Amino acid sequence: MLINYLKIALKVLGRRKFFTFISLFGITLTLVVLMVAAAILDNAFAPQQPESRFDRVLGVYMISMRGPHWTSTSNPGFKFVDQYVKDLPGAEATSIFTGSSPMVVYHERRKIETHLRRTDGNYWRILDFKFLEGGPFTAEDDRNANFVAVITDDMRERFYGPNAKALGKTFTIDGQRFRVVGVVPAVPITRRAGFSEIWTPVRTIKGQYQQELIGNFSAIVLAHSKSDFPALRSVFAQRLANFKFDDPKNFNRVIAGLDTTFEATARNILGNTDDVNRPLVLRLIIVGVALLFITLPTVNLVSINLSRIMERASEIGVRKAFGASSRKLIGQFVMENVVLTAIGGAIAFVLATWILSVISRAQFVPYATFEVNFRIFGYGLLLAAFFGIVSGVYPAWRMSRMHPVNALRGGAQ
Amino acid sequence: MIRLENVNKVYRTERVETLALENINLDVAPGEFVSIMGPSGCGKSTLLNLIGLLDTPSSGALALDGAQVKTWGDKQLAQFRNEKLGFVFQSFHLVPDLKVIDNVEIPLLYRRTNGAPRRKVAESALDRVGLASRIHHFPTQLSGGQQQRVAIARAIVGKPRILLADEPTGNLDSGMGEEIMDILHDLNKNDGTTIVMVTHDDRFARRTDRIVRLFDGRQVA
Repeated sequence: MLINYLKIALKVLGRRKFFTFISLFGITLTLVVLMVAAAILDNAFAPQQPESRFDRVLGVYMISMRGPHWTSTSNPGFKFVDQYVKDLPGAEATSIFTGSSPMVVYHERRKIETHLRRTDGNYWRILDFKFLEGGPFTAEDDRNANFVAVITDDMRERFYGPNAKALGKTFTIDGQRFRVVGVVPAVPITRRAGFSEIWTPVRTIKGQYQQELIGNFSAIVLAHSKSDFPALRSVFAQRLANFKFDDPKNFNRVIAGLDTTFEATARNILGNTDDVNRPLVLRLIIVGVALLFITLPTVNLVSINLSRIMERASEIGVRKAFGASSRKLIGQFVMENVVLTAIGGAIAFVLATWILSVISRAQFVPYATFEVNFRIFGYGLLLAAFFGIVSGVYPAWRMSRMHPVNALRGGAQ
Repeated sequence: MIRLENVNKVYRTERVETLALENINLDVAPGEFVSIMGPSGCGKSTLLNLIGLLDTPSSGALALDGAQVKTWGDKQLAQFRNEKLGFVFQSFHLVPDLKVIDNVEIPLLYRRTNGAPRRKVAESALDRVGLASRIHHFPTQLSGGQQQRVAIARAIVGKPRILLADEPTGNLDSGMGEEIMDILHDLNKNDGTTIVMVTHDDRFARRTDRIVRLFDGRQVA
């Protein structure tokens, strides 16, 4: 029966070329946009190198201090992450690092724009960089403030030319001469903790930074497993309960959290308050936008399908007269729609792959390589099935309810 | 084979109530060929639709092949139509998207007959109506008479015990009408198929075993 439904579906679609084109156009356009959006979100949030272990990593990326008159929100300072995040009981490892700051480097009389991040030794334990040359700098390098650096392959090319090796070579930033100890592949700018182009030890920072509660630092905590998250959060909350303000006259309340990457993004977008379930709100916003986007073409397809029913009233009457039950008719019509959306899904898959490769090549998002992986393919399938079933079920139900005599009358040729 | 007792059919809208059939009593014996005649709007097609389980009586009893059908649900009605009834319509009602052979196979699809046997039975039905050479044509590529013969092949492919024909010659010229009547008579005489046919044409009605006449929804003969 299913094979027959499929055969009929293909025949109907083949014979009604204009309807098929209009429907496929709407389906494909919708699915392409959603698949591209899903690929971009996946690229930003799904664990992938060098953040492959981020399914068991929590981070503190934002801190707010409030008082009767002032509120200060920023990245945490070194003092905050060192005293309140570092060495949380139950954590496998903790890393402290600065944000990835834009820098201008003059190298061999060339001006090179780049990004620099200062990190500790643990950073290289938690993030799983694949080294193309050399290796990471160590905790000892950091303790001794050694002028060593890890750079990306892209920076290697910009510093030393194509196909050159970088190990042992040097470059100067802000009067400090660093020696390259490792080269890693470029990291997409969307990676909150992983992105930079040059990494050097924290203690090579010039000036005083150790006593700041608010600054340009972040910290990540590697848990033994995801199930340890609540315990780690609880310990962190206990530490915050005993928070010592530098300026208790102006500030008496501190807000910070151990966040997953998605939670951190929600905190960034929706603000650092502790009275809202930010991740849920952000998820609802994303799902809401996607639903809004999918609703219009779905309603359009439902409407096209309903008008098709009137065109095919005679066929419905005939099928009923010759023994089709309502259930079988619903099955047939939903199958037709699923076939249509499956074809649309397949075209959308090819188009989305092409568009993502164009976006990647154009480097609209620096170093990001967007692709349709199995996860995106899965989302695509899910979307296509949702689209096909939702836009097919209601018209199919209406069709099955059609009185056979009326159907035969409506279809008189 | 077909028994109607005191059958009434009323169509109701918000304002108007129309009595389409009034107190119809009809017995059709197995293997009988009955024609229903009457002026337009007298209820001929309504009566045929009731017998074909495409519509339900407002009151009265209807029995087909010994079974009372009043309490049957959608699934049971569909199964009975599929196994016991065949329909031929005035306007053929072939599915334009499907080839001739696929149109004829429709009743067999709902019996879950497998592909190869289904094709064989459908080809044999088309052979019987003289269209074995047109199986891969689409309906629009055939003449009116040929389309009606395809419709008859579709109606008989499942070997129904009852064939219901609603003005099967209504859209055909007299020559083609005769051809269709010959096929119906062949089915009636050689297969023992019970046939109920609505017609306006006296010549064709006279060729059947019995004529039932309706006027304003009432049975007058």
